[in-house]
Amino acid sequence: MGVLVNKNTRVLVQGITGREGSFHTKLMLEYGTKIVAGVTPGKGGMNVYGVPVYDTIYEAVENIGEIDASIIFVPAKFASDAVFEAIDADIKTIVVITEGIPVHEELEFVRYAKKKNITIIGPNTPGIMVPGETKIGIMPAHVFKPGNIGLISRSGTLTYEIAREIGKKGYGISTVIGLGGDPVTGLNFIEAYDLFAKDPITKAVVLIGEIGGDAEERFAKYYAELPVKKPVVAYIAGKTAPPGKRMGHAGAIISMGMGDYRSKKQALLKANIPVAEKPSDIPILLSSVLEKL
Amino acid sequence: MKLYEFEAKEIAKNNGIPVPRGGIAKTPEEARIVAEKIGGEVVLKAQVLVGRRGLAGGVLFASNSLEAEKVARELFSKRVRGEKVELILVEEKICIDKEYYLSLTIDRSNREIVYLVSPLGGVEIEELVKKYPDKLLRIRVDPVIGYKPYMSRLAAKFLGLPKELWPSMHKIMNSMYNIMKNYDADLVEFNPLVKTCSNEIVAVDAKITIDDNSLYRHIEFAEKYGRELSEMEAIAKKLGFSYVELDGDIGIMCNGAGLTMATMDMVAYYGGRPANFLDIGGGASRERVREAAKLLLKHDKVKVLLVNIFGGITRCNEVARGIIEAVEETGVKKPIVIRLLGTNEEIGRRLLEEKGYSVFSEADDAVKKAVEIAKNLSR
Repeated sequence: MGVLVNKNTRVLVQGITGREGSFHTKLMLEYGTKIVAGVTPGKGGMNVYGVPVYDTIYEAVENIGEIDASIIFVPAKFASDAVFEAIDADIKTIVVITEGIPVHEELEFVRYAKKKNITIIGPNTPGIMVPGETKIGIMPAHVFKPGNIGLISRSGTLTYEIAREIGKKGYGISTVIGLGGDPVTGLNFIEAYDLFAKDPITKAVVLIGEIGGDAEERFAKYYAELPVKKPVVAYIAGKTAPPGKRMGHAGAIISMGMGDYRSKKQALLKANIPVAEKPSDIPILLSSVLEKL
Repeated sequence: MKLYEFEAKEIAKNNGIPVPRGGIAKTPEEARIVAEKIGGEVVLKAQVLVGRRGLAGGVLFASNSLEAEKVARELFSKRVRGEKVELILVEEKICIDKEYYLSLTIDRSNREIVYLVSPLGGVEIEELVKKYPDKLLRIRVDPVIGYKPYMSRLAAKFLGLPKELWPSMHKIMNSMYNIMKNYDADLVEFNPLVKTCSNEIVAVDAKITIDDNSLYRHIEFAEKYGRELSEMEAIAKKLGFSYVELDGDIGIMCNGAGLTMATMDMVAYYGGRPANFLDIGGGASRERVREAAKLLLKHDKVKVLLVNIFGGITRCNEVARGIIEAVEETGVKKPIVIRLLGTNEEIGRRLLEEKGYSVFSEADDAVKKAVEIAKNLSR
């Protein structure tokens, strides 16, 4: 059992015939993800690694029945249209891998999805994965071992790095949720933590943040006021980044005097969340908070 | 990307927002001609993309067109916070009764659009937020619904504007929203927005930034993209890398923005100084890796090159080949420290070890090694 998704989740791949879409469909199938259909407008009737392709989600549902989750590999120019199609088809979890979607389009579909109680993961995310059960994303699966640590992250490669450090020390992961590197994402730390709080398997949560925005500070404030809580440890990337410069991720820019490393670290420490100096320190912090349970 | 003030004002004007009369000058003579057309006192504003221009001497006044030419000559010979002045906006001097702050921006956390309104014009938004939170009104806008006229009444009341100016406020705020949507802006800011001595509302300064991800539908701006970057940053951008110039001597090349930042931080943690941030992106080919490595190897500041790759989509053998080719093509003999992990790690490692490089599996070990080498070299 995982958070939001599990081994029984029936997955649709939007943009399945593209280079990334087909490549990762293969990897996800190998991992055991239950991919039931794909959509690429104009390519209906094809199949990709045995997965039937349709022109629209409507047709896919008519033919193969209910779909629980969708993963989107559609290029940025057309991605938001694909997201709206998935929202209007009432798919409950939508993973948007695509990077570079205009922010106003993100605002609109994130907002629209919320009103319909649909969860968007991303955009610009490595996806969501329940190690040993399902992978709806592009992460290198072998570094994620099953276990009881929840992982929430704004960054892709850094998630792999920290998952590996956790695994090396004998810990495993219940679910990993890539929030996405863009300024506007479907889930934030608070919402993702709440999912883990309700999850019977997850014992502790690792939060991987970075400079820019105030999502970490907001989480710290929220967490501090919770009457009952699961232990959280954190790592924040970008301590040495100069202000005003965009560090790759659209989200990682310090502006309006907010979102720098110090303010994030201070807020987390104040909420009793230990902050690791470097990725390899995460397992050390984990063992100390788990001992206290 | 940031727009120049005159570009922002042009957009504002075309959308019915009052701005001072004026024109752009590339030479002192042109400044005189513009000032002549305006007549009377003028203000000359250096068009630069750095903040706090006024404090840095980038905004000057002249009482007539001849003086305007002199003042322009002075401005053109200046650097404003490091930026060369190539364009000057010459405008009529506005008689100001009151100054306000008004902007429209994106609230990332709440995933909505928000108007920020304050009676403290001229004050930087950072200061407003921190020092005078009670002098700042936030009006939230649902991105699916958009602007509604009542919002301008909230703003006008908060600013204490006389009732006859409420319609102007509605027009301005409505236009701001349209500008934001039509130009894919993530910021539309008028600071100060002023009430003139003749009881009109005018945007004396204007700032618009366009969402980089949407530049494909704004060709006119896409062509100008990159003008706020340093030379190295512009080259890297052309090659398609995220690149930021830093002060140190250890060149950093990684895949993924988060890992790149974490690597920078680890370098600092172990006592070194990163020379840059370079993210080769996901799934980089041999050619891309080669170009990135060449860029850093040829960079004067870089004493040691530190490569930290966690291959997922990115394949380690491609990375290894790219590095080897970069060294062969440039002939530069700088020390290179490599950490390779993930997809096709064994092949990549073998290729590099055949060429005499030691390859690390742990990020910490690689970073320590790079810092040690940099320290020895600077001794």
